[in-house]
Amino acid sequence: MQTTAAPEVLSQNVLEIRNLNFYYGSFHSLKNINLDIKENSVTAFIGPSGCGKSTLLRALNRMYDLYPGQRAEGQIMFKGNNILDSKQDLNLLRARIGMVFQKPTPFPMSIYDNIAFGVRLYEDLSRSEMDDRVEWALHKAAIWTEVKDKLGQSGLSLSGGQQQRLCIARGIAVKPAILLLDEPTSALDPISTGKVEELVATLKSEYTVVIVTHNMQQAARVSDYTAYMYLGDLVEFGETEQVFFKPKRKETEDYITGRFG
Amino acid sequence: MSNPNAMTSATDYPSQLNSIKMQTQETINMSLYASRKRTNLIGLFLSMSAMTIGLVFLLWILAILFFKGFSAFSLDLFLNKTPGPDSENGGLGNAIIGSLMIVVSCTLISTPIGVMAGIYLSEYGQKSKFSEITRFLNDIMLSAPSIVIGLFVYALVVVNAKHFSGWAGTLALTLIAIPVVVRTTENMLSLVPVSLREAAFALGAPKWKVSLSIVLKAARSGVMTGVLLALARVSGETAPLLFTALNNPFFSSDMNAPMANLPVVIFQFAMSPYQNWVDLAWGGALLITLSVLGLNIFARTFFREKVSV
Repeated sequence: MQTTAAPEVLSQNVLEIRNLNFYYGSFHSLKNINLDIKENSVTAFIGPSGCGKSTLLRALNRMYDLYPGQRAEGQIMFKGNNILDSKQDLNLLRARIGMVFQKPTPFPMSIYDNIAFGVRLYEDLSRSEMDDRVEWALHKAAIWTEVKDKLGQSGLSLSGGQQQRLCIARGIAVKPAILLLDEPTSALDPISTGKVEELVATLKSEYTVVIVTHNMQQAARVSDYTAYMYLGDLVEFGETEQVFFKPKRKETEDYITGRFG
Repeated sequence: MSNPNAMTSATDYPSQLNSIKMQTQETINMSLYASRKRTNLIGLFLSMSAMTIGLVFLLWILAILFFKGFSAFSLDLFLNKTPGPDSENGGLGNAIIGSLMIVVSCTLISTPIGVMAGIYLSEYGQKSKFSEITRFLNDIMLSAPSIVIGLFVYALVVVNAKHFSGWAGTLALTLIAIPVVVRTTENMLSLVPVSLREAAFALGAPKWKVSLSIVLKAARSGVMTGVLLALARVSGETAPLLFTALNNPFFSSDMNAPMANLPVVIFQFAMSPYQNWVDLAWGGALLITLSVLGLNIFARTFFREKVSV
């Protein structure tokens, strides 16, 4: 969906999901999803529990491949390739499409090594280049001032909110094209949540962010586009302002106004 | 309040609360409650008695070992070799060195094999038939009588080489230690939460790197504890060494020949009619017990989880 010379350039699609169906064994969990993720935007997936938003997110970096019995059919185009193809190199894919999870999971190593781990996988940096990259990532995640004097300490010595920002720094450090956030603030207190939301707003100038959240207000605060899902169907997708203030479907309106949870 | 069930006015909160309390007390069956309290007390008493009985025997064993064995403790114990019957100034030096050599070489061989097998079972072999069979065989080996393993190595190695040796002893102890390390490694690795693995995969890490750099590292204290406990277990095994390393009355570092070792020396000395031998046997028993106790305490304190999440 590229536009050729036009005065107002529409942003490109970095991910194009076409006719995606997902199965947990025989359970049909995602039904015919068609969706475009725009570059340098924040897209939110919202919906009640069990609607498939995390399933959809985890399909985008083929996380489900770790578990036999879970399979996807359809197409997800990323940089001209269908990432659901069996010939897709999964490790390379995940280096380009990163993910941060709901539960903070610092690795059992120093804060410095936590950040450096992902970078060392695919890049060969000198010691000073690595130092710079680590500092840059920790700055971006708004945690540099808190940890700059204890980079050698274990990642596990940080508080919950700090650990989650460390995980986000870890995800950013490898400079992925897309960053997937799976309910990144549900385990955090309100102050840490606020810091992470500020962070997401600054990230979109360089990255594309897709965020799953069960908190509608958070989606309204941080995202440019919102997808509302219900029981495996993509009910509505559009610009956040339109979805929240002028929803096209009644189901969307019912969810937004809290008629059901 | 004459009638607790009567509706009182909306502002009459204290008496409403009182009437609710009285109603619930009437529905609690006090005799049932009292009998449950009694049962609780009996259960508590029985479990504490069981614990006391166990502790009493443990402390009794340690006390006897100390009383009988401590008199043999001296520098001579470590420096002198095992004496002939009724000779003076004997020690257990050659047996101590021999045991150390056999047990250390056993650890050096069994740890890499056991840890790698544990990694395979936990990370790569979740569902395959091969790993199910391996686990099953491993569990059988765990409970194999150590004398059977000793006889196996005797038939395989000692008979064919036509002599006893320290290496045969090491082999027998290795066969006992490996299943322990495999089991504890697999258990410790499977305790590492799936979310940690997923976080590493999500960065594009290949599976071997996730297993070694992340999962093994996260479980390292548990794995080390397992290795030390296997070590403690084999240092007291007697039967396998009877048929493999045998014994040696002199100082020797030749692993290719019969090797002195503490358990067999204790076996030989304890039932003999010579007093100096019996004293040395008690000393050796105390020494082994203290070493195993020390290893256990060291493993559990040094490798305990230092950081709580």
